[in-house]
Amino acid sequence: MRGDTDFAVQVKGVTKVFGTGAQAFRAVDEVSIDIQQNEFLTLLGPSGCGKTTLLRMIAGFEHPTAGQILLDGAEISHLPPYQRPVNTVFQSYALFPHMTVAQNIAFGLEMLGKPAGEVRQTVDAMLTLVRMAELRDRRTDQISGGQQQRVALARALAPHPKVLLLDEPLSALDYKLRKDMQIELKRLQSETGITFVFVTHDQEEALTMSNRVAVMNQGKILQLGTPRDIYDHPAERFVADFIGDTNFLNAQVVNSAGGKVTLKLTAGEEVTADLPGGVAPPVAGDSVTAVVRWEHAKLTAQGAGQLSGTLANVVYVGTDTHYYVELSDGTTFVSRIQNSRDDELTFSEGMPVGVSIESNGVQVVRN
Amino acid sequence: MGEAQTKAPGTGTGSQVQASAERARKARVRAHWLLNTPALIILLCAASGPLFVVIIYSFLTPGDYGGIEWAFSLDGWFSVFMQRDIFEGTLSVADAHMSILWRSVRLSLLTTLTAFVLGFPTAYFIATRPRETRNVWLFLITIPFWVNLLIRTFAIMELIRNKGVINTILMSTGIIEQPIQMLFTDFAIMVGMTYVYLPLMVLPIYASMEKFDFRLVEAGYDLYATRMKVLRRIILPLAKPGIVAGSILVFIPSLGAYVTPRILGGGKNMMLGNLIALQFGQGRNWPLGSALALTLLAMVMVALLIYVRGVAKQDSGRH
Ligand SMILES: Nc1ncnc2c1ncn2[C@@H]1O[C@H](COP(=O)(O)OP(=O)(O)OP(=O)(O)O)[C@@H](O)[C@H]1O
Ligand SMILES: [Mg+2]
Repeated sequence: MRGDTDFAVQVKGVTKVFGTGAQAFRAVDEVSIDIQQNEFLTLLGPSGCGKTTLLRMIAGFEHPTAGQILLDGAEISHLPPYQRPVNTVFQSYALFPHMTVAQNIAFGLEMLGKPAGEVRQTVDAMLTLVRMAELRDRRTDQISGGQQQRVALARALAPHPKVLLLDEPLSALDYKLRKDMQIELKRLQSETGITFVFVTHDQEEALTMSNRVAVMNQGKILQLGTPRDIYDHPAERFVADFIGDTNFLNAQVVNSAGGKVTLKLTAGEEVTADLPGGVAPPVAGDSVTAVVRWEHAKLTAQGAGQLSGTLANVVYVGTDTHYYVELSDGTTFVSRIQNSRDDELTFSEGMPVGVSIESNGVQVVRN
Repeated sequence: MGEAQTKAPGTGTGSQVQASAERARKARVRAHWLLNTPALIILLCAASGPLFVVIIYSFLTPGDYGGIEWAFSLDGWFSVFMQRDIFEGTLSVADAHMSILWRSVRLSLLTTLTAFVLGFPTAYFIATRPRETRNVWLFLITIPFWVNLLIRTFAIMELIRNKGVINTILMSTGIIEQPIQMLFTDFAIMVGMTYVYLPLMVLPIYASMEKFDFRLVEAGYDLYATRMKVLRRIILPLAKPGIVAGSILVFIPSLGAYVTPRILGGGKNMMLGNLIALQFGQGRNWPLGSALALTLLAMVMVALLIYVRGVAKQDSGRH
């Protein structure tokens, strides 16, 4: 494999407009993305940002208003869904209620005209793969939500598609089951070697499961990268805000050199910040936004650390404690500190405190 | 009771509690029956009563000027199936009755089939409209119900008679030379019944399609099913309750139809309903009319039974 076919799916400048005239709405706005073979790619974004629409265009249920979609290097935009070697696990599962578990899984294979023996073998293999062998003859309305989810997965995997599309398949499950299914999904992906495109609006799910994450908002992909990239080096204010807990500080650039920027915060202090790739280097005097993750700052005694302020609020949340510090310009800065048995330093509300930020903890983002 | 008294005091009070619970339950049941009386009276008077009368009449002797004589006779039932030659006294199968029976069954089946072929796409169309406009379509479907059956039937007659709308158009455009004889044929009866009973097919199918989850259609396409396969493997099986109900609702009244075959079939092409009416009228043979009516009833029940069993078998046959 070489050239374009290194990619399972290529989305090239795809736009989807619903409605016409004054009603027209851009659900997907000039999205381009190359999805690698055997990749677990997650589309992450808030409700209504166009994740499902993008997925439905890859599946063939919607047609792009503009742009191209390529599968293994071949244009598929004009093909109906039943001619695309792509299967979907629907958010609602959409299992056929008049068929048993086994019949549901066999459906795609039968439609492809596979011989009966092969269908039976594949169905058995799939039932084992998703651990549903005992329930093969149950009707699909007689099994639990988690089991339905696994049947939906097996049904979509059975024809061995090139790409599997999953639209928030775990959102209907409770926390515990969700955790189990996340592991199960990862296992299935590595066992089958199929490319997974996974949609979620749960950041934790996105970060734990994916090879790469595409963060979407208002029909656009804002940032595409590994979970580490996305979390540690958010390039956009929206990404930093949507993923993880983040402090936003307004600042002015003092000077900028070699990927490092010296900032003067509105609160008065000077800090050194990183510049993530893809953000244009600012020049002295520019107004920028700097971000600091909650867990990258610690409380210290007054006078120590880069920032100083007054401890306004202490919130205990079990594993962590959140310290709300009011800086001199009135902005609130939060520091999250993991609780341990031998905490010797205790702070109380109303105390003047210092805030120490880890090295590389401050970063400039695009507004 | 005696045994209960020999038991330990503890269980004694237990059985008292039980006894009073039992009394309360019986009172509830009695109240239930009381509340049900109006329904029961209506059922008895309106359904079982007349049926009972018809059953009795079918075993009596016809009166000279209609009505019955109170003398037991099997002639009514006998004449349904057999006839005795007036001159030679030989027995033979009642051909006239058999052909009417056969025509009734055949035309009713054809009507049901045609109504399904026309009604299913209609119901599907309505069910896939936006929610706000569905009621408008349903309203349009039910409009014919507001017009008297006779008038609707005469309207069909106006369409298909030799100098009617269809023949006039066909002849004036030169497609045909002679008018096509459609009125007073079985075809006319079938067209009329299809027209009259079509809403009875559309409405139940619509009711089952309305609940249909159209995401299943997408799931079908996603799993490589073409349009036809989706229709056959997903939509039709899930619409089956509506299709069964619609077919029953069309088939049964077709089997006993009176007005439509009377007007569109003319005098010759009788159906069971007309034959029964004839026996109670000009024929002055009420016992035969009653026996024919009961035969019709039996046929309907057999048809229902076959349908119900067929459906049950298909359901349990799935693995
Ligand atoms: N058929 C349609 N007609 C008009 N607008 C639509 C249609 N489908 C989706 N939209 C709009 O497009 C936008 C994107 O919808 P989409 O379903 O892709 O969002 P999503 O990211 O999947 O959201 P969620 O997380 O809530 O599922 C929404 O604002 C939605 O209202
Ligand atoms: Mg969605």
